[in-house]
Parts: sequence; C-alpha cells; structure tokens
Amino acid sequence: MPPAFKHLDRALLRDIAALAAGIFIVGLSFGAIASAQGVPWWQSTAMSVFVFAGASQFATMGIMTAGGGLVAGVAAGLILNLRHVPYGMAVGGVYWTSLRAKIIGTHLLTDQSTAFALAAGDDARKARHTYWTVAISLFLVWNAGTVIGAFAGQLIADPAVLGLDAALPAILLALVMPSLKDRRTLAAGLLGTAVALAASFLLPAGLPVLLALVGLVVMWKGAAPKEEAA
Amino acid sequence: MLIAILVLAAGTFLIRLSGPLLRERISLSAHAEAVLKAGATVVLLALVATSAIVVDGAWAGWALPAGVLVGGVLAWRRAPLALVVVAAAATTALLRLAGID
Repeated sequence: MPPAFKHLDRALLRDIAALAAGIFIVGLSFGAIASAQGVPWWQSTAMSVFVFAGASQFATMGIMTAGGGLVAGVAAGLILNLRHVPYGMAVGGVYWTSLRAKIIGTHLLTDQSTAFALAAGDDARKARHTYWTVAISLFLVWNAGTVIGAFAGQLIADPAVLGLDAALPAILLALVMPSLKDRRTLAAGLLGTAVALAASFLLPAGLPVLLALVGLVVMWKGAAPKEEAA
Repeated sequence: MLIAILVLAAGTFLIRLSGPLLRERISLSAHAEAVLKAGATVVLLALVATSAIVVDGAWAGWALPAGVLVGGVLAWRRAPLALVVVAAAATTALLRLAGID
C-alpha cells in the first residue's frame, strides 16, 4: 500500500502541515522547559515517545519537578488523558484493522488525530488516510521538537509570547466546526461546554471536558425513533 | 521521574485502548455511531472552550480567548487552517505585546 498521505488532497495536506508546525514548536518548548527544570534530554524524549500526550506531559513534569510527588504528578497526567476514552470510542474503528495498526493507532490517538478523522466525515477511506497521516506526522514533529528543544532550549521563544496557546484550540475548533452543522450535535456541544466551563473553575483539569458528555442527553431525548427501532 | 514516565505511559496507553475495546462490546447501530461521534465532538468543543477561557482554575484573561475567537471566525468563513493558526496566534501575541492579557 502506498503511504497514506498520497491519497489526500493538497488542501488537506496543507492543513496538516500547519498543525504539524504548531505542534513542533510546542514540542520544542516541552523539551526546553524540561531541560530548564533539570530533566535530562533522554528522559523528556522518552516521555514524548512513550506518552505522546502533550498536556499530560507538561502537567506531570511540572508537578514532579516542582516537588509535588509521584502520585500527584502521574494522577494529574492520567486524569488529563481520560478524554481519550470517548475519542477512541468515536474513531477507534478507523485504525481497528491489523494487530500492528491497532497497537500503533492506539498509541497515536490524540485530540488532533481524532478531530481530523472526525472532520473527514462518513468517508471511511479518507478518515483512515487522514488519521494515519496526522498521527504519524505529529509523532515525528513532537519528538523531533522535544529533542531539539532539550538541547537548544535557551534559543527558543516562549509559546505564550508567540500566541501558540491560542492557535492549538483554534485548530481544534476549526476541525469540529463541520460536525456542529448537525443541530443535535451543536446542542449537545453547547450544553456540554457550558457544564465543562462551570466545572473547570472547581475540578482538576481533564475532568470538566468529560462532564461535557452530559450534553449528549439531547441526542437521546431527540433520538430518531426509526433508527432506534431498527 | 523515570517511574512517573513509565506509569504515565502505561496508564495512557490503557486509557487509549479502552475506547476501541468498549466500542467493540457495543453493537453499533447507526444512531449509536452518531452519538459516539457527537461525544468526541462535544469533548473537543469543551476542550477548546475551557482551554481558551480557564487557565489553572482561573480566568485566562482577554488575549487568549480573543485569539481563539478570531481563529474560530476565520474557520467559520472556511479559511485554510494555516491562516487560522497564524491569525489566532498573532491576535493573542499582539494583544499580549500591547499589555492586554
């Protein structure tokens, strides 16, 4: 089989490149911050290779290097990553093929690979090619960024100064927008987001976005009766 | 730190694995499939909103949500993602440069 990216049109590849550029810079900053906290380069790199979930890596490393302890550090990271359960339930079918694809596809599940696969819509082939292209590209740039950042940290600008903390949510927003054209999904999203926002002032990061799933009640209530009976 | 990396890596893999495994146990009607997809969409939208508005349990300030909003409006107008990225980042960066945070 030819590489997955050969099946994707240029506009989509450009979108993936834009995302990869952003993730690369965040990877640089992860490596740089880790080094500044005294973490050896091979440990921050091992974390990027084997965890491959940016927000949890920042959280766990931040708590550990601040002396917050192993349990608190790991717990914060794992709670942040719980959102991958609904992601895997939604797009797991995309990479659930050979055993090798299942294992690698599972490891490469992220906010962005999920969002891109969802944005591919009902075209299963396109969703599969898109998922793998995004997943592999991000794995490469995230790890390259971590290694380079770990060594060249002091040369790298702060992502907050570059406004990258706004760019990454904006990418996800752009990717979910087509799905929000469906009225019930939009209603579920708005209700869930309101719940998550209220909860995010009270609960540790990671749990509020899961509480957003209560927004799905609008889909049960308004479920199309034909499909339920079938 | 090594133990933390190992436990976080193993735990994260199991979390990632549980989604497709749960999915396999449900007999998927077209409606169930739509609900699962909507679930991921809802979580992503909530992630966008919370990461734009709340940082460390407190109000994120104006610069961050303003950048995300500009990116969102451009995406709504079907701008390419590269433009969304640059406009969102530039808005937030310039507001911060101007002292608005």
